[in-house]
Amino acid sequence: MTDGVTTKRYREALNDALREEMLRDETVMLMGEDIGVFNGAFKVTNGLLKEFGEKRVRDTPISENTIVGMGVGAAMTGLRPVVELMTINFSLLAMDQIVNHAAAIHYMFGGQVKVPLVVRMPQGAGHQLGPTHSHSWEALYLHAPGLLVATPSTAADAKGLLKSAIRDDNPVIFIEHEYLYGQRGEVPDDPEFTVDFGHAAIRREGTDVTIVGISRMAITAERAAETLSTEHDISAEVIDPRTLRPLDLDTILDSVRKTNRCIIVEEGWPHGGVGANLAALIQEQAFDWLDAPIGRVTGADVPMPYSKPLEQAAFPHEPQVVEAVRHLF
Amino acid sequence: MADQAQPRPLPDPVTSREWLQTMMLIRRFEERAGEMYAKAKVGGFLHLAIGEEAAIVGCARALRDDDYLISTYRSHGHALVRGSNPDAVMAELFGREGGLCRGRGGSMHMFDLANRFMGGYGIVGGNLPIAAGFGLASDYLGTDDATLCTFGDGAINQGTFGETMNLAALWKLPVVFLVTNNQFGMGTALERHSANTDLQERGQSFGVPGMRCDGMDVVDTYEVCREALETARTERQPVLVEAITYRFRGHSMADPEEYRTKDQVEEWRKRDPIITFAERLREADIIGEGDAEQMDADAVKVVDDAVAFADASPFPALESLYDDIYVLGDQLKGWYSVDERGAGVQKGEDIGA
Ligand SMILES: Cc1ncc(C[n+]2csc(CCOP(=O)(O)OP(=O)(O)O)c2C)c(N)n1
Repeated sequence: MTDGVTTKRYREALNDALREEMLRDETVMLMGEDIGVFNGAFKVTNGLLKEFGEKRVRDTPISENTIVGMGVGAAMTGLRPVVELMTINFSLLAMDQIVNHAAAIHYMFGGQVKVPLVVRMPQGAGHQLGPTHSHSWEALYLHAPGLLVATPSTAADAKGLLKSAIRDDNPVIFIEHEYLYGQRGEVPDDPEFTVDFGHAAIRREGTDVTIVGISRMAITAERAAETLSTEHDISAEVIDPRTLRPLDLDTILDSVRKTNRCIIVEEGWPHGGVGANLAALIQEQAFDWLDAPIGRVTGADVPMPYSKPLEQAAFPHEPQVVEAVRHLF
Repeated sequence: MADQAQPRPLPDPVTSREWLQTMMLIRRFEERAGEMYAKAKVGGFLHLAIGEEAAIVGCARALRDDDYLISTYRSHGHALVRGSNPDAVMAELFGREGGLCRGRGGSMHMFDLANRFMGGYGIVGGNLPIAAGFGLASDYLGTDDATLCTFGDGAINQGTFGETMNLAALWKLPVVFLVTNNQFGMGTALERHSANTDLQERGQSFGVPGMRCDGMDVVDTYEVCREALETARTERQPVLVEAITYRFRGHSMADPEEYRTKDQVEEWRKRDPIITFAERLREADIIGEGDAEQMDADAVKVVDDAVAFADASPFPALESLYDDIYVLGDQLKGWYSVDERGAGVQKGEDIGA
């Protein structure tokens, strides 16, 4: 046991998690496009091919549905595969294996077989990648029972949640964020450090409004809370659920019962989004505590455009969160 | 593929010069696009086709005007060769209103319906079924049009490849599939992603015969694609053509290129499709002293103008963000899109009854 911390980038924290779990359990193996020789499109798997060799770190052809499906099969028969998809947009090609297979198998075969698979991939807009490369899909995976969904927003959570994901016996959709890869944060040195699924983090305590931020939007929400405090005298409590399934609804409800107002911030689309779902859950269970309608700040309801000013207008930034909160008072 | 020692005969001088000129335009355009990326005029991913100009021009010149060409995210050259205005291609890279797609698509998503350039697509393997769909429509409507679909060696391992080969053959569709084998899918070399590296053979068991061309030789690429298109058009037999080529630059602008050696790149650069073709034209007296230099200067001028146009073109207005999500019509008079930030009239509510 060590109780020190080291400042690391989010991508390094993920790399540590992969390395540590591979050292701990030799059934953990990696598959993905350009994760080996190229060291990963976002360098998350940097150095792992060199360290663990081609048996455990496998470059694959561009065949998303099949590499995820092979992950499912290998997970059913004794391995703990971690499949990297270059970005979450390409996971749509693997939707069949993820939803019809990975998510359903334990249930439809009466609990006889487990699928301890992790599919990890980044999402997010802001790099001008246009309508095929910029979307946020946590709501899609949240929709499917049988999947666990993690959306880490800090380096420590990235590491702790990934380690938990690899050790879990369920298929886990592990959603990283392109913007966050280069961000630094303090990560515990203890190799046994993990973050449990189903435990929200209260990033900032407050009394006037609850802001729930998903994935990168947890960071945006924190910044907005700072501005609300210094410029508008509003005390915001910021909650990062960290995992959407399981969801730590109690922490969110406790907060809403205290602040009586709630805004949910996400990068994905509004229709059928995480916020739409959360708003329903909150009003079902804390209606009497609400002093204002639950607000949402979401990505614009459009395919993500390439052009910079349009793109910037199409996903949430701090001023929109501040504006939405002020609107509640 | 023609014998290396016995190159195929050149086309007539006017055609030969046009091919050289177009390859030069693509080269200069791509180089400038790279420079504009370095200056942050262009964002996102930028995939240059430098080295692949013969594969692009050779296949496109085998098409009739009404035929369809469909490509990938590496498609500036395909737009240009089809006749798209270089100004509009550059403006698309700049994300401007004057761009081919009004700045919505960017480098990876070019499209020019008027010139039957049916698009660049960002999803590897996503364009193959779409190409077969063009073939289906041509067949159904009884037109004489054919489709040529280009994709990379990496894309051949997507499920869509096998599924598309089978259906195109089964339904006898007039489509030529051109796998641009530039030796790599991103950082993964051909022999590391494919068990069978003889790519032109990969359609055979589905009923799609294969042909191969030297993708560094515009004449050979043209002749092979012409023959394949003829087969597709007249015999209703899809064909898979493999063009052997090489990309001289990285996969995209952010590529340290650790997966290949400088020697390999230099070896291929000796076969530069523009230099070698210019040399042939000089030997055949089709171009004379200073002609190539003049053509190159002309290409640079076109690219200069394109940059000036792109720079002067405005960014799309923020109010246009919701334009074109739907075809507005009888079924779409009501509310269709959520604009969480606007308290005013929602898109769709503002059009007349
Ligand atoms: C479905 C999908 N998976 C992954 C990617 C990321 N990606 C973009 S290009 C590329 C390599 C494609 O190689 P190839 O088909 O040979 O074409 P080239 O880039 O060489 O022209 C990859 C993996 C993508 N765009 N789409």
